[in-house]
Amino acid sequence: MNKLILYAAILAAGIAAPFVFPNYTTQVSVLWVMVLLALTWDMQGGQMGYNSLGNIFFFGLGMYVSAVVQVGLFQPVAEYMDSSSLEVFTFTPAEYWTGLVLGIPAGGIFCAIAAIPMGFIFFGLRGPYFAIGTLAVAVAAGELFSTWEWVGAGSGVTMPSFPHHPDLAKLSFYFMNFVLAVACFGTLAWLYSTRFGIAINAIRDDEQKAEGMGLHTTRYKCVNWSIAAFFLGMSGAVFGNLVGFIDPREVAFATITFGIFMVVMPLLGGKGTLWGPVVGAFIFHTFKEATWTYLLGWQWVALGGLIILIVVYFQDGIMGWLMRTKPEWFGIRVEGREREMQEARAMEAAE
Amino acid sequence: MSAIIEVEGVTKAFGGVVANENISLKVDKGGITGLIGPNGSGKTTLFNSIVGYHPIDAGSIRFEGEEISRLRVQRIARLGLLRTFQQTRIYGKMNCVQNMLISVPHRKMSFWDMFARHGNEDLEKAESLLHFVGLYEKRWLLAGELSFGQQKLLEFAMALMNDPTVLMLDEPTAGINPTLINGLIDRLKRANQEFGITLFVIEHNMRVIMNLAERIYCLAHGELLAEGTPDDIKNDQRVIDAYLGAH
Repeated sequence: MNKLILYAAILAAGIAAPFVFPNYTTQVSVLWVMVLLALTWDMQGGQMGYNSLGNIFFFGLGMYVSAVVQVGLFQPVAEYMDSSSLEVFTFTPAEYWTGLVLGIPAGGIFCAIAAIPMGFIFFGLRGPYFAIGTLAVAVAAGELFSTWEWVGAGSGVTMPSFPHHPDLAKLSFYFMNFVLAVACFGTLAWLYSTRFGIAINAIRDDEQKAEGMGLHTTRYKCVNWSIAAFFLGMSGAVFGNLVGFIDPREVAFATITFGIFMVVMPLLGGKGTLWGPVVGAFIFHTFKEATWTYLLGWQWVALGGLIILIVVYFQDGIMGWLMRTKPEWFGIRVEGREREMQEARAMEAAE
Repeated sequence: MSAIIEVEGVTKAFGGVVANENISLKVDKGGITGLIGPNGSGKTTLFNSIVGYHPIDAGSIRFEGEEISRLRVQRIARLGLLRTFQQTRIYGKMNCVQNMLISVPHRKMSFWDMFARHGNEDLEKAESLLHFVGLYEKRWLLAGELSFGQQKLLEFAMALMNDPTVLMLDEPTAGINPTLINGLIDRLKRANQEFGITLFVIEHNMRVIMNLAERIYCLAHGELLAEGTPDDIKNDQRVIDAYLGAH
């Protein structure tokens, strides 16, 4: 019951936010992107014990796939992307929306499929090797896309411009980001309640044991990454349109900004928990926006300080800390406490 | 009795160290077979070879008549040949019931079973097995918080949850409080008799293995030294020498 009220309150706040604080629509919009990035990173890093540093790859890939679909449906891609050309391409509202509606899921599906062969290759790597291997993919993708002429190379892609009033653009992308984040959370809440949830936890706790018990470990790992990639790809597609311009290294495969943020947020909120990444994203994004506004010039230093603070003092994150201090809130039973309660009951009975 | 595991001429070397040399043995279906030998005699290497942790250099391993020496760990486990570890392995950050629920047999799992919820049947079986090993009261605790001995019992219960045909136990009593050992022997025997699971046990504790096994193989320096009933082994001068270091 309490849970339902909480969910309803968050949904209502999410829907009302752009109307109550119209000046902050884009900031809150990006917050939902952050929630999704944190949630999907935690699927591997928190729940399955595979710390990926390259999940941003799927974000950028989805962005490019969507851009190519949006442009390619109505215009020749190579000419559109050629930055030396002076030709101007325009899209009618119908063309724009058709492209967007098809481009976003195309980005998601393409990434979901790409994640499976990648999973077969990379999930053979363990621990730091997996982290470095995936990071290399994201960095390499950034470099590759900045030399690939067909998709604009280093000068990036200017996305088809929104055919209505800019305020409507903000609002449209806000709700796309919001719906994606909510859908992602809902999917994970369901997934973690099924066999899938404890199977990936088992892989995290002792993968060799899980193999020895006959678990289809490769299957679980690849499907896990594929689901994450699906949401990341769609989110990237929306984000590309929100920004309006895809820079291969700064916007699409932004390993040192979004690529690191998506790791820091679950660590801050508590990795391996359903709510941790969400809480982490809220706090991190608020902190980041505040420092960018009030500590301009020092914002990266402040952010670095926050990361150090988390890593040194809050290794379990906020949810991990809460679970330790208030286990009864989460239905976790602790031996000592149970015994204390039994003794207390016994004493009451004796009196 | 017919043999369920047949090991023939198995050799396994790590670099220049020959851990197993030309070993042949048979595990009888439905029985309890022991494997003993001094430290470093190649017992765990043989276990690892059988369950597919590493490829063997020569020889053949058959399970229910089927060659398994080229199969991978998960495939062999799904055939119903399961092992427990010497350094107990459980899923530490999950509670005991979750540890049990994920240990269900995976041999018939289809792709979509990944997203199935756990049925009441599984939960009941998990709880009754936890009761069987005496961990029912602690079922909601995180497995990592149990004592070492309790973790061994949990690992044993998880193995039973998997409905194996053969269970290979690597030193089930190592590190367990001596007062609990009798209870464990009793449970191993019951698993064998009531659940019909063939047991293949590595054990250092002579009292345990003599009490438990119907047939014992003894390894020394990577070679098969002796085989026979517990009485044969007890009186075999070569075995006594091997343990006392007369080699």
